[in-house]
Amino acid sequence: MKSPFYPIEVHDLTVSYQRKPVLYGVDLEIEEGSLVGVIGPNGAGKSTLIKTIMNMVSPNGGFVKIFGKNPKAGTKHIGYIPQKESVDWDFPVTVMDVVLMGRYGRLGWFGRISKDDRRMAHECLEKVDMLPYANRQIGNLSGGQQQRVFLARALAQESSIYLMDEPFAGVDAVSEKAIVSILKSMQQDGKTLVIVHHDLATAKEYFDHLLLLNMRKIAYGPIQKVFTQDLLQKTYGGRLTIFSEMASQAARQPEIEMEKSIS
Amino acid sequence: MPVILRIWPCLVFLFTPLCSMVPTLDAKQVEMLEDDQVWGRVTRFFLLQDTSVQIVALGSALIGITCGLIGSYVVTRRLSLFGDTLSHAVLPGIAVGFIWAESKDNIALLIGATAAGFLGVSCLTFLQKYTHIRQDSALGIVLSGFYAVGICLLTRIQKMEFGSQSGLDSFLFGQASALSIEDLWGIGCTLLMVGLFILFAYKKLLITGFDHSFSRSIGIPADFLQYVLWLLLAFCVISSLQIIGVILASALLIIPAVTASLLVKRMHTYLLVSAALGAAAGLAGSFLSFLGQGMPTGPLIVLISTGIFISVLCLRPTNGLLTQWYFSRKNTLRIQRENTLKAVYQILESHNFQNQTIRTQELMSKRGVDIVHCEMEIQQLVRTGLVTQAPTVPSPSLPGQSTLSLTPKGWEYACKIVRNHRLWELYLTNEAKYAPDHVHEDAEKIEHVLGEDTIRQLERILSNPRKDPHGKLIPSLTDMEMGNIQNI
Repeated sequence: MKSPFYPIEVHDLTVSYQRKPVLYGVDLEIEEGSLVGVIGPNGAGKSTLIKTIMNMVSPNGGFVKIFGKNPKAGTKHIGYIPQKESVDWDFPVTVMDVVLMGRYGRLGWFGRISKDDRRMAHECLEKVDMLPYANRQIGNLSGGQQQRVFLARALAQESSIYLMDEPFAGVDAVSEKAIVSILKSMQQDGKTLVIVHHDLATAKEYFDHLLLLNMRKIAYGPIQKVFTQDLLQKTYGGRLTIFSEMASQAARQPEIEMEKSIS
Repeated sequence: MPVILRIWPCLVFLFTPLCSMVPTLDAKQVEMLEDDQVWGRVTRFFLLQDTSVQIVALGSALIGITCGLIGSYVVTRRLSLFGDTLSHAVLPGIAVGFIWAESKDNIALLIGATAAGFLGVSCLTFLQKYTHIRQDSALGIVLSGFYAVGICLLTRIQKMEFGSQSGLDSFLFGQASALSIEDLWGIGCTLLMVGLFILFAYKKLLITGFDHSFSRSIGIPADFLQYVLWLLLAFCVISSLQIIGVILASALLIIPAVTASLLVKRMHTYLLVSAALGAAAGLAGSFLSFLGQGMPTGPLIVLISTGIFISVLCLRPTNGLLTQWYFSRKNTLRIQRENTLKAVYQILESHNFQNQTIRTQELMSKRGVDIVHCEMEIQQLVRTGLVTQAPTVPSPSLPGQSTLSLTPKGWEYACKIVRNHRLWELYLTNEAKYAPDHVHEDAEKIEHVLGEDTIRQLERILSNPRKDPHGKLIPSLTDMEMGNIQNI
């Protein structure tokens, strides 16, 4: 059953870190079941967009809606894969423990991991081809394996929307192919996927929609329409100096909103 | 492997009492105790005859468990320095609490210390959020700043009328002998709170510790849990002050947990091992300080934790420093034996296997070593039953000569090594297209690590070859049985 709302709707979103604007006036409506690549140069605000949708960063202006609801209520139903470097890979947990974490969101305060949860985690590990590593400590994994563990955890969440921050960073070619085929099969199951990507060369074959981002939305649409020389030039061809200057000044006016996390 | 891992902590506990036996001698020297006095004290300690012993031993063990549990979270979240800072930051709070109550009232001290700890954490958060100062510098600033304020206040108190017998200086270095029943209750309550918190929030703590942003994304109150953890950490530090003091308080948080991190790979075993190590260190420390009267309990507890840490670091299976040294030494000896055996084989081969024995002189020149080393290598082989040695007629020109012959076991082993070497050479020339004069050195290393399976694979790939790239025979079991290489 299709929801009457967009899975992700972003309206006039402005975000800044310590007075520096990172995103400015971004509008975005993502259709259900699309596989979206977010493309842009370093510092273009790709990760910030993902974090704002996840309600980890509060916007200075504009709003995000998840299936028509406020992100506070909505983010529980989004599967999120943070950047690989954001976690401590020496932490004393096994691969299986990490995948089971995907089920924690459903448990509540006193819930216990059930047999069904375990079976589910087992299946997810199988899907990403990591079952033989289930009892390994996560510190002994390669970059590609780490990313596949994250993917298995996301699968275990059984969400309808997935946001992934650079899932192909530091991943070998074989793992990358494996991850892409899993993403495509997730899309066929009707999931909506938004993926931050840094490699233009592969973007065309991986995604069906593309968001070109450089502080503001350059373009969003089906890949054939957006993947043009002209638009890519606009995305990567340096910042618009006057625009970013004015945006900096404007952002200095209201009170400063920071990333919420205290770590 | 996992079995050994599980047994290993027990070995550590075996070590602890051993460790505590050694310094008894020193204690005797210091205190000039007679033998029966030492034993008297040992029995008094273990029978828990004195109330003070009961309180100190129980208090140290409980604080060891508490710090071990909280420390596990401190260490896995990389907050070790944070724990240290917090333990120093509570000092001014304790002083203020004392001034406020005009006596050593536990509740007042607790409130003061908690408030100061909270203030310290707020300062840290402020520095990190609103300035570009790095975390380690911020920790250093807060630590030393608060500590300095604390020391100033303590000095003032000691000059006040009600402060002369305050015993507040014991908070700096700890004074376990002054531990009261109330302190014990305080420690017990902290342990209870920590235990309940971990019991109810175990999974949530696990996920927030591993992946903060993900845990927030699925609606877990990660920041709230972090604050509760800090609060409990503050309680834990405060209740341990009477025993180990401000300066060493963080040691008991960090060392048992780090030791546990060397041994286990999952959080729940981590917690158990860390708590057990903390308790063991607490007990052993109080025992030692009881033996050597006047020895401070706190530093002894920390010393024992450190001792356990060092021994685990050296002796743990597979990765221990000593363990690794032992295995590498064993390996070196094996490679040396194999090389000597190969030399014996090659000497026999150079005589077309006409002789059954070789002379030491031949082995010396083949191996290129002097008589002492050669004799050592021969002894290695004799000891492992690969070679038999017989004396020759003594000759003045060549002293210390003997004749050597391979035992059947030695023959088989020697053939295996030569076969490994030559098969690998052949593989390199035929399959990897190496030039024949480039393969020897590589094969010298590989021959020692080729396993049975790899050899079968090589044979299959090379279709059971007879000759190596240099035209020499690759000895096989059939050759031995047919007598092609051995003159029997």
